[in-house]
Amino acid sequence: MSDLLGVVDWSRAQFALTAMYHWLFVPLTIGLSLIVAIMETIYVRTGEKRWKNITKFWMSLFGINFACGVATGLILEFEFGTNWSNYSWFVGDIFGAPLAIEGLLAFFMEATFVAVMFFGWNKVSRGFHLASSWLTALGVSLSALWILIANAWMQSPVGMEFDPAQMRNVMRDFWAVALNPVAINKFFHAVMSGWALAGVFVVGISSWLLLRRRNIDVAKDSIKIGATVGLVGILLTMMTGHGSAVEVARVQPMKLAAMEGLYEGSCGQDIVGIGVLKSNPAATPDDPMLFDISIPHGLSLLIDMNTTSFVPGINDLIEGRTITEAGDTIYGMSYADKMVCGQKVREALRDYDTARKTGDETGMATAISTIKNNFQYFGYGYLNSPQDAIPPVAMTFYAFHIMVIFGGYLMLYLLLVAFMAFKGKNGIENKWMCILGILSIAIVWICSQAGWIVAEVGRQPWVIQDLMPTTAAISSIQVSSVQLTFWVFAAIFTALLIAEISIMLRYINNASKTDIATKE
Amino acid sequence: MYVDGFRNMTVGRELWLLIIIKCILIFAILKVFFFPDVLATNYDNDTERAGAVREALATHGSK
Repeated sequence: MSDLLGVVDWSRAQFALTAMYHWLFVPLTIGLSLIVAIMETIYVRTGEKRWKNITKFWMSLFGINFACGVATGLILEFEFGTNWSNYSWFVGDIFGAPLAIEGLLAFFMEATFVAVMFFGWNKVSRGFHLASSWLTALGVSLSALWILIANAWMQSPVGMEFDPAQMRNVMRDFWAVALNPVAINKFFHAVMSGWALAGVFVVGISSWLLLRRRNIDVAKDSIKIGATVGLVGILLTMMTGHGSAVEVARVQPMKLAAMEGLYEGSCGQDIVGIGVLKSNPAATPDDPMLFDISIPHGLSLLIDMNTTSFVPGINDLIEGRTITEAGDTIYGMSYADKMVCGQKVREALRDYDTARKTGDETGMATAISTIKNNFQYFGYGYLNSPQDAIPPVAMTFYAFHIMVIFGGYLMLYLLLVAFMAFKGKNGIENKWMCILGILSIAIVWICSQAGWIVAEVGRQPWVIQDLMPTTAAISSIQVSSVQLTFWVFAAIFTALLIAEISIMLRYINNASKTDIATKE
Repeated sequence: MYVDGFRNMTVGRELWLLIIIKCILIFAILKVFFFPDVLATNYDNDTERAGAVREALATHGSK
């Protein structure tokens, strides 16, 4: 058992490491592809060579980052099969189809047009090159769409039927999977956050140019584009973030409770604006916060547009408890009840196997019936206690609030930058504004990573919500293999990150010493 | 276009070299020696693989 947990925890750590490194590069690819396409559009429309040079400056940074995103993405797809073979088999075509489409799109669309984008300046017409830049930006987003559809299915499995004979989930409704409301919100939220991140990146690098008094006009023009894209991005990120929270409340109420550190829910539930949890919040469920500033009725309003609706806490969900607006307590299905249903499925799988080996058709049919009737709680059959279904509350709570607070700061910052860039004369060159711009690069990346921590830590213990816990998803591999490869991956990804940052900084420093706008 | 482009690349060449080394290390060495594909190699057909997964999910995986 301890070996199993060792494999599980090291495999989780390895996947988290790979995913977090991948997400360092991908949002910049998503957003910078758009910014570069906009800059090239200005070049084509105005015919001004300086805009071509500005485009090429940012395109080089895009290219450096693009390479790292691809390299880490390949490893992620490889890890599904190596470390999570039970999961990979169990999800069948549901996961495989979106990933295959993502791979096809990435290969045929991005790879084709990115070659023209980087290498085709003097080989194709201006119009074709511009179209290639836009199609690269579109391809990047479409690739993201399919992987996010796959991830959304993990959070809210829909459109499938489990086949005990194949031990796989068979897709029955492609459009239910593709148009899963969780997927739609997640896609727009992730892509818009990429726009915000890239906008802040462009503003930050340009701020450095201003601080060094290099290429001032190029920096100011870049800030206008970056701030505009960034501001649109952060506003849409917030809007879609609200949509995501509504979906989380609907399909992952335990995640929402963890995000808020909420143990005992209520009608007209407050939302925590800023707060610190007690060291053991579960011990005092009525008062889990050491300190908090909360907005009255805010959580009920956020998820239900109703200031009096009930929002369940962790303990309410475990007990299956709901409180009506009239104040009545109603008990539905508790986690203990769901565990009984899940155990029935596991038992029925054993019965099915025995019946299949002896050719007992009646036994097989009985087992299939039990499986189908209880399958929605299959994952609960692996829990030893209802408390096993609680995700890491502190990590989820703090990641969520860091994301929201930093996101709020970024919105105000980008509003200020956009105003100063377009209206504020030379205010954008102010030394402290420039320093803030550089520091905001770190803030936006922390915000971006925090979002994925909420999504993936908050869904624990599930790898597929309610259907499969992480412990059941693992491959039959040695813990020593995973430990060794974890450190190898950590070393390689860190080397890649250091290489990317140093190449980018060297490029920015060298390019900025020339006159970017007029160079041949 | 890719061949000409990489040949004439002035920025990022060492990054691509690092990426190629990484991919060889991970796919040709780590995957082969540390992550055997048990389902693919230990079982002859999908029926047997399904049986292995069924047994794993029915009897293992609990904390």
